[in-house]
Amino acid sequence: MDVRHDEGLKEPVSSGIWPEESLARVPYWVYQDEANYKREMERLFKAATWNFVCLEADIPDKGDYRTNHVGIMPVIAVRAADGSINCFENRCSHRGALIAFDDGGNVGNQFRCVYHSWSYDLSGNLRGIAFERGINGVGGMPKDFCRDDFSPRKLRTTTLAGLVFATLSPDTPPIEEYIGSEVVGRLKRVLNRPIRVMGRFVQPLPNNWKLYVENVKDTYHASILHTFLTTFRISRLTQGGGVLVSPDGGNHASYTIAMPEGANANAYKEQQIRSDQDGKFALADPSVLDSVEEFGDHIQLQILSVFPGFILQQIHNCLAVRHVVPRGVGKMDLVWTYFGFADDTPEMNRRRLRQQNLVGPAGFISMEDGCIGGFVQRGTAAAADEVSVIEMGGSTTESQATRATEASVRGFWKAYRRYMGY
Amino acid sequence: MDVAQLVELNALYARVIDNEQFEEWPKLFHDPCLYKLTTAENVARGLEGGLIYADTRGMLEDRVSSLRKVNIYERQRYRHIVGLPVVLGQQNGAAEVETPFLIVRIMREGDMDVFATGCYRDKVKPDASGALRFAERIVICDGRRFDTLVALPF
Repeated sequence: MDVRHDEGLKEPVSSGIWPEESLARVPYWVYQDEANYKREMERLFKAATWNFVCLEADIPDKGDYRTNHVGIMPVIAVRAADGSINCFENRCSHRGALIAFDDGGNVGNQFRCVYHSWSYDLSGNLRGIAFERGINGVGGMPKDFCRDDFSPRKLRTTTLAGLVFATLSPDTPPIEEYIGSEVVGRLKRVLNRPIRVMGRFVQPLPNNWKLYVENVKDTYHASILHTFLTTFRISRLTQGGGVLVSPDGGNHASYTIAMPEGANANAYKEQQIRSDQDGKFALADPSVLDSVEEFGDHIQLQILSVFPGFILQQIHNCLAVRHVVPRGVGKMDLVWTYFGFADDTPEMNRRRLRQQNLVGPAGFISMEDGCIGGFVQRGTAAAADEVSVIEMGGSTTESQATRATEASVRGFWKAYRRYMGY
Repeated sequence: MDVAQLVELNALYARVIDNEQFEEWPKLFHDPCLYKLTTAENVARGLEGGLIYADTRGMLEDRVSSLRKVNIYERQRYRHIVGLPVVLGQQNGAAEVETPFLIVRIMREGDMDVFATGCYRDKVKPDASGALRFAERIVICDGRRFDTLVALPF
């Protein structure tokens, strides 16, 4: 099977030509090519996608704001006087400086650019220009200058179960339609009441942003790469579970059900998988795994993603949102926000604090995800025109009642190619 | 509290990690204890969560056995440069101590980078034999960015 680009095309990397029609093959230039990266910003992040910008809990009161990025675009999300949330580009319309240069806070009634004191209301409208009429009638802006024509680009916002998303496109469908009803159900299953933030950490990763998103959607790797998951039966492919993929492919929820493995209990041994460490590793203090049934459905692990870069995680009682922020073609930031619920008891709070050992940059479970994308980025350095093989569970993207499948990874590429026109 | 003894404790602490004698690390704590790795930002905002959170010596031992036997990461080690301890007060027989640190991470291929800076905020008291041990060590990193992964303790 010849899956190479036409040898005559010496700059195929920026052409967006896919090696073949199958969703089960992905060329490595998608992680390496600068032109493709720039195209993603236009066709994907600035197009009809919903991008996570903050939690409602981050900005409860009028004037509260948080800064973030939609792709590479810096944005501000702010709570307006009427309780709605506005989002606009964090770029002064005068000379382009950041309007807000902190992570968040409260601005009262207006933002004021520090460079020349141009000011913006909580909807992002240009409202004030310092010395607009000059000094003693000399200087100042032209009389016909229309402030309304010069506001930062505005994004539409929407909220879902306490999450705030924004989009630059007028064509993005309503958020629930965008995510798909099955995955929305799984999202609301976790975010079912007011949350409280417990901690934030940023994990810069040495890989293209898509490698991390694929990793999140890859139900096949989790219990193989992550020995901790397997050893303590937090998630093994032999346990009950499955993966839901939205019809457009972009969004997913995978889950593990707390159930005995029965006849499959020896499957990892038979496969001689490194992560099967039965008997070789035991915890001195197993309280890190002391969990309680919280959602009433025996789902002990659920990983959910919303295209392009939002992730919601429930691993036992350890809850977090993760946001993927591209930082150049081979770099990204993974922004972790650990949370619990506003009505947590002190015991539940302590349980969550202990279980937070499982995730994040130092997570017993998730540590390996920090380096694996970099291993792919480095491993494929000379392989722009080669392809990865994503064929577990076939070549399609429908929901499956197993996690020994790469259906949701293929779903990502289905959505990606549609947005990118590939 | 004798500052020289605190300096010795910190030197021992840095040495067991930098020399990869990780099994010695939990022995520098009382049981129960509190070891938490977090950021100045989280502390300032009153957010309790940590990258690492251990409130028993057993949990510290599990960190070590996990980094030895379970977790996958590229070969690396640390070089701690630990500043001088300041005793902030005494409470219930424990000294409250703050000590600045800098950690250089040395990767398999030889790259060295400043991986973290911050301060240790400790509660230190003697064990039954009179040796100073940590009842509490909160590692407060100045920055919030943790490159790639944190395998070894700070």
